Amino acid sequence: MAIAARDFRELRLDGMSRSFGTVNALKSVTLNVKRGEFIALLGPSGCGKSTALNCLAGLLTLSGGSIWLDSTRIDRRKPEERGFGMVFQNYALFPHMSVRKNIGFGLAMQGVSRSDIDRKVTEALSIVRLGDQGDKLPGQLSGGQQQRVAIARAIVIEPPLVLMDEPLSNLDAKLRLEMRAEIRRIHDLIGSATIYVTHDQEEALSLADRIVVMRDGTVRQVGTPQELYASPAHADVAEFMGYRNLVKSSAARSGNAVNVTIGGAAFAGTPIGNAVNGQAIVAIRPDDLKAEAGGPLAVTVESAQYHGRNFYCSGRTGDGTELYFMADTLVAKGDNIRLAADPARVLVYPGAAS
Amino acid sequence: MTDRAIGAAAPERPPLRIRLALRDLDGVTLLAVPAVLFVLALFVYPFLYGLILSFEPKAGGWLANYRKFFSEPFLYDTVWTTFRLAVPATLINVFLSIPVAMRVRRLQRRRVLTTILVVPITLGTVLIAEGLLTYLGPQGWFNRTLALFGIGQVRLVHNYMGVMLSLIMSGFPFTFLLTLSYVTGIDPSLEQAASTLGAPPRARFWHIIMPLLAQGLAINLCLSFVQTFSVFPSAVLLGAPAGETRVISIAAYQAAYEQYDYSMASAVAMIMGFAQLFVILLILAGRNLLYRGAVGGGKG
Amino acid sequence: MVQDKSIGERLWAIAIWALVIFFIVNVIATIAAVAVDSFGTRWFNSWLPVAFTTHWYKSAWDEFQLRDVLIVTFEVVGAVVLLSGLLGVPAAYALARRNFPGKPLIIVLFLLPMMIPPITFGIPLATVLYQAHLGGNMSGVILANLVPTVPFVVLVMIPFIEQIDPRIEAAARVFGAGTGRLFMHVLVPLLTPGILAALLLVLVRTIAMFELTFFTAGPDSQTLVVTLYYAVGSAGVRSNQSIDAMAVIYMITTLVWLLLALKFVDPTQIVTRVKREAAH
Repeated sequence: MAIAARDFRELRLDGMSRSFGTVNALKSVTLNVKRGEFIALLGPSGCGKSTALNCLAGLLTLSGGSIWLDSTRIDRRKPEERGFGMVFQNYALFPHMSVRKNIGFGLAMQGVSRSDIDRKVTEALSIVRLGDQGDKLPGQLSGGQQQRVAIARAIVIEPPLVLMDEPLSNLDAKLRLEMRAEIRRIHDLIGSATIYVTHDQEEALSLADRIVVMRDGTVRQVGTPQELYASPAHADVAEFMGYRNLVKSSAARSGNAVNVTIGGAAFAGTPIGNAVNGQAIVAIRPDDLKAEAGGPLAVTVESAQYHGRNFYCSGRTGDGTELYFMADTLVAKGDNIRLAADPARVLVYPGAAS
Repeated sequence: MTDRAIGAAAPERPPLRIRLALRDLDGVTLLAVPAVLFVLALFVYPFLYGLILSFEPKAGGWLANYRKFFSEPFLYDTVWTTFRLAVPATLINVFLSIPVAMRVRRLQRRRVLTTILVVPITLGTVLIAEGLLTYLGPQGWFNRTLALFGIGQVRLVHNYMGVMLSLIMSGFPFTFLLTLSYVTGIDPSLEQAASTLGAPPRARFWHIIMPLLAQGLAINLCLSFVQTFSVFPSAVLLGAPAGETRVISIAAYQAAYEQYDYSMASAVAMIMGFAQLFVILLILAGRNLLYRGAVGGGKG
Repeated sequence: MVQDKSIGERLWAIAIWALVIFFIVNVIATIAAVAVDSFGTRWFNSWLPVAFTTHWYKSAWDEFQLRDVLIVTFEVVGAVVLLSGLLGVPAAYALARRNFPGKPLIIVLFLLPMMIPPITFGIPLATVLYQAHLGGNMSGVILANLVPTVPFVVLVMIPFIEQIDPRIEAAARVFGAGTGRLFMHVLVPLLTPGILAALLLVLVRTIAMFELTFFTAGPDSQTLVVTLYYAVGSAGVRSNQSIDAMAVIYMITTLVWLLLALKFVDPTQIVTRVKREAAH
């Protein structure tokens, strides 16, 4: 009998809200999650993503809205009655129990027989590739191994939903890449839904089926990594997704496209959202703004960092706007060069910068 | 090592000052010397002096003091009397402090409570004894309140109960504050993890909190026992110092300041010290059977 | 965490809080009984005294020679505070900044006088002090009181010094400060809050330290708490109200300093300094 997530069709958050005193940490979050889906909650610190996770786990009570697992309402249940698996940021391994005891704890609480616990713990250990570490205490393991134990402990109870709270933030860069792959592999193996909190957009992009971008307690955008990367719905989401160049401009609609000016030069762009006309914010990734001989925009290079294949540069236009861009050939501080961008990659958002 | 020294024309040995500094012995380390000498002179030396003095009795062989102590009921009974006070008082203080600390740790404004509780510790046993004499006395507020509920007068001073109550009043705040600091030292995410794994509050307490608290409770039991075992002013003022609360410290005091037999007094003090040491070792032996180590949930 | 609201849980919570409140009420009542009695003319067989007066303070002042006692108390306390600071702070600095062989042993050496109750080591200590002709006078009382307070200052100050980044000192040295100026301009200002807190706690502890003073004090070197003990022990000879008046004076001298100390430290720290070290 292999470890597999308990069957369900859908987890539904319906207007989930939470306030602390007068502070609304979470404002009416609505979201549907299907079995097998990997969802990343992405946002800067203080955006409410951890609050959302704790509400799902039952560690915080809701101040409004509801949570449904298929047709059962679960938001009034205590954490111990929900049966979700959770991986904590600091792992929260029980320091006085062996690795096997840690992993078997949830099963023991369910009253599973000893031999069944033994069998499942062994299997969980082999899933997280810690077969021979079972009798050690958590304190004797490395950070990465502790992380694996925390994951094994969360999945061995075969939860319909696994909650992960920035599980990789305590690991070094190399281990983080390795564990990222492991987390996705284990998720696919047991088939649960996973909700994964992170502030690292790269992590979210590479792991998740869908990303929920949060800010100030609200959901700003839900979409696949491709959608979020290519067309963020709001200027602030764009900023968070790596659109470093955010420039105020006046915009003039012409058919499907929109004309904007950056540093005095005219650019054609793609309008996002309704009625982009008048005040607008233009968002361009540094890698979409390229040095090109015949480009419309003139800048003076201020710095250039060599990044292996090309140069990541910053420069200033005649009117003082600072821009980040890429160059394929050697550029140096003080060079005057011209920049160009594909109209499809020049995103134009309505309104003045907030 | 010697081979090397002979073989290679040994590189010049660094001067002693450098070698000492490499082991962290330098001018800064010397700053500790006065305090260390002070403790050696006024704590370690008197202890050893007392130990030797106890084997040089006024009369009889070198063990005469100890033989006398353990053959006269008037003396050896004090050990039993002291245990009879110290053990229940310690257990009450320490084990009541656990559920109270478990509640109080969730309190937002703990500081008000901890400030109130630190007052009896600060005032000390003499003042508590004087206060309890009035408060618990036959005409005191406590008995008056009992009378309101139709309960007749209860004798609570100049007996065992009086000393016991004073040990609780001055001892409980100490054990409580200590337990509270241990309880709040346990990473709250451990309990949260246990609850997401299906553990109800009772199971969380017994499987997570108690094992992690065991170490702190052992230390708390030791400190609390040692304090109650050396009860003195309240046993005299609130108890029956010639009778049921004639504790071992009274015997030591009388030997020293009423009979001027410092040798005997030292012997009693040593017996008191060894009785405390015995119980501490017993508690620590019990602790070693349990988990000891970090109470955090992960690295760092 | 989602609060548990089952009936059993609630009853348990109520029982615990009732216990806490009962305890606090008794503590307050005990202290209040002393205060009320000290202001009462006659208090017998009633909830409150017949009438109130302040004349017991006058009679206590004369009867127990409180002026002299208070002077002795503050002389002892002042000397103990000063000396334990002078001995303890440098030692704490050495122990916080250096990791020499045998350091754990030194820590244990400082831990023992704090953990072993004064009654146990007080009698041998008094014996030695009397032999050295230091018993029965002020210097003996001061020396005896220093035995637990020097280690206390050391153990309180070690973590405080440890949390000051040694790179600050390194930086000062790099910029040319010698040891003397390092102390004056860098360490002393940084350590002042810690030293102040530690010494205030020493002050409070020494005012209330009964056993060691009791064993070593002569007739003219008794502190307030010892005078109080003798007075309570001789109840019947002295009037209860003037004893309580002295007790109130004692409480005020202690609690004023405690309140001041609490401005600098959390009350739990008064207890947990011991624990922190003992756990190692």
